[in-house]
Amino acid sequence: MNAFQRLEGLVAPMDRANVDTDLIIPKQFLKSIRRTGFGPNLFDELRYLDEGQPDSDCSGRPLNTEFPLNFPRYQGASILLARENFGCGSSREHAPWALDGAGFRAIIAPSFADIFRSNCFKNGLLPIALEAKRVEQLFTQMYETEGFTLVIDLEQQVIEMPDGETIAFETEDFGRNCLLNGLDDIGITLQNEAVIRDFERQHQARFPWVFETLEV
Amino acid sequence: MGKTLYDKLWESHLVEARDDGTALIYIDRQLLHEVTSPQAFEGLRLAGRQPWRISANIAVPDHNVSTKANERAQGLAGVKDQVSRIQLQTLDDNCAEYQIPEIPLNDVRQGIVHVMGPEQGATLPGMTIVCGDSHTSTHGAMGALAHGIGTSEVEHALATGCLIQRKMKNFRVNVEGELSVGVTGKDIALAIVGEIGTAGGTGCAIEFAGSAIRGLTMEGRMTLCNMAIEAGARAGLVAVDERTLQYVAQTPFAPREAQWEQAETYWRTLHSDDDAVFDREVVLDAALIQPQVTWGTSPEMVTAVSGRVPRLEDMATDTARQGLERALSYMGLEPGMSITDIRPDVIFIGSCTNSRIEDMRAAAAVLKGKQVAKNITQALVVPGSGLVKKQAEAEGLDQIFKDAGMEWREPGCSMCLAMNADKLEPGQRCASTSNRNFEGRQGFGGRTHLVSPAMAAAAAVAGHFTDVRDVMENGL
Repeated sequence: MNAFQRLEGLVAPMDRANVDTDLIIPKQFLKSIRRTGFGPNLFDELRYLDEGQPDSDCSGRPLNTEFPLNFPRYQGASILLARENFGCGSSREHAPWALDGAGFRAIIAPSFADIFRSNCFKNGLLPIALEAKRVEQLFTQMYETEGFTLVIDLEQQVIEMPDGETIAFETEDFGRNCLLNGLDDIGITLQNEAVIRDFERQHQARFPWVFETLEV
Repeated sequence: MGKTLYDKLWESHLVEARDDGTALIYIDRQLLHEVTSPQAFEGLRLAGRQPWRISANIAVPDHNVSTKANERAQGLAGVKDQVSRIQLQTLDDNCAEYQIPEIPLNDVRQGIVHVMGPEQGATLPGMTIVCGDSHTSTHGAMGALAHGIGTSEVEHALATGCLIQRKMKNFRVNVEGELSVGVTGKDIALAIVGEIGTAGGTGCAIEFAGSAIRGLTMEGRMTLCNMAIEAGARAGLVAVDERTLQYVAQTPFAPREAQWEQAETYWRTLHSDDDAVFDREVVLDAALIQPQVTWGTSPEMVTAVSGRVPRLEDMATDTARQGLERALSYMGLEPGMSITDIRPDVIFIGSCTNSRIEDMRAAAAVLKGKQVAKNITQALVVPGSGLVKKQAEAEGLDQIFKDAGMEWREPGCSMCLAMNADKLEPGQRCASTSNRNFEGRQGFGGRTHLVSPAMAAAAAVAGHFTDVRDVMENGL
């Protein structure tokens, strides 16, 4: 996983509430058995005028010119500014894979759905929850200022505004440490192998039926 | 202080609590399917890791499978879409390589993972159950702690037998009183999502309690817990009672003899204590819940069948007004119109929400001796598993559907998310027993109205949404 420490990036809008993961990456792209290659299909149904097909070249497809992420001013953005309950619905990790593939490293919104939020931390993507009023101000400033960029310092947990003002945010300790150091949490868990084995022995003694082999 | 059901399940699986607020939780059962597992197996392979405990896992193909009998007869070769076929083949290959038990495509036990699990007794009360699918909350109906996870967590659970979790908050939804005839677990679920919103349960495990929940069948409880995620809660729960034990006892993988005695004694403790304290509680009067129909592009955009599509002036905030405008524009509906004036083109009865035998019976009871209306261009009935299909056929339900002009298909996820060939065309409107009415969910440009199986059947007969109670009383 890529480490996330400090990011200076252009901000782009996804200005609607309850953006679900079906909208972030439609189901036909879930047929892939790879972790990469989803970037061109991020928000596929909003971004293009036709229906996208997996494994097809997107470069010649008709773009929806009214969709903000297609505006020239937002090209190269790495910070997505969004509304409440971002990432609701399906647990598909293809959603953070698509955001990552399209160049996004951080998402700022008033709130996130639980599974999506957890999936972000496992893919080097930082979800930042801010007060709704703050997010509203950021939307206003972003729309008013072409080339609106922010600096996100994860270690200090602050967002630096172009005028030097800072906004503090909070992240959970475990997720932050994994992001800062680019850690694989399976490796971390396996450091506790003996503890897990010990628990498992007691668990099996209490609930032996859980450990029966499923003979299909 | 007493403990909630969720507290009890959490504590019995707590391997280690850490200072940073996270905890290592032991996973009893992982369900695998073809869509969210390939990258997890690939991760294991790249790291040279082996599954922690093979017996924790069971796999079944469901999302991509064809539901057409002639294609199914050919096995994997009958899956026309090459990308889908490769994904299904990859599941078979991975299960073979890692010796993970898999119920294959044309086994009679194959079905939607959340139908197969409880039906086989692969998911049992008291277990922690995970799957790379958000509707894993379904299994909470058995008094288990079950929730959806992403693919990195699928790999984590495969490799370590555990997950790193934070304890959720305790939220109890009490539904008290008696439901009217024709009102089902689906209507309760939609009414709750309408009440608390799609983010209402974020960060929580929701326990469904109260006399109306105790009165639900296991199928009804599964429907309800299935849709906990549509209220933002990763896990839904119902306490174990006699009905749970009776259901579990007749499943193939249930413990037997002395182990059953031991398990039953434990399972009987799986309820919230009388003095347990919840972080949040909501009470609904069951008698007031009417058959529900969603009108928008989020499950919280729902109303009673007697209701109307909202008007812009009903909305309190600008965000809500914009959301309503966008939803109505996508759905092709007018503000203020009656729900009963909405005419679907397609009927879909199926999905992990509503494809169990009780759902088939409820739909067939409405359709018996009737015909699908002329404006309905396609009506699909997709049983949740081969065993549901077999049982329905033994009861003659398939004939009722076919006589009514519907298609009786092979089990799979089908048009709930349209990863196979069963999908809506742009602009088509569907009365669907599935769980999500998101834009494009059932096909690019497709429009979804979520309803119960009985309500979908009633809409099929009438050609527009109508109160199933009227259809049943008047014979239409």
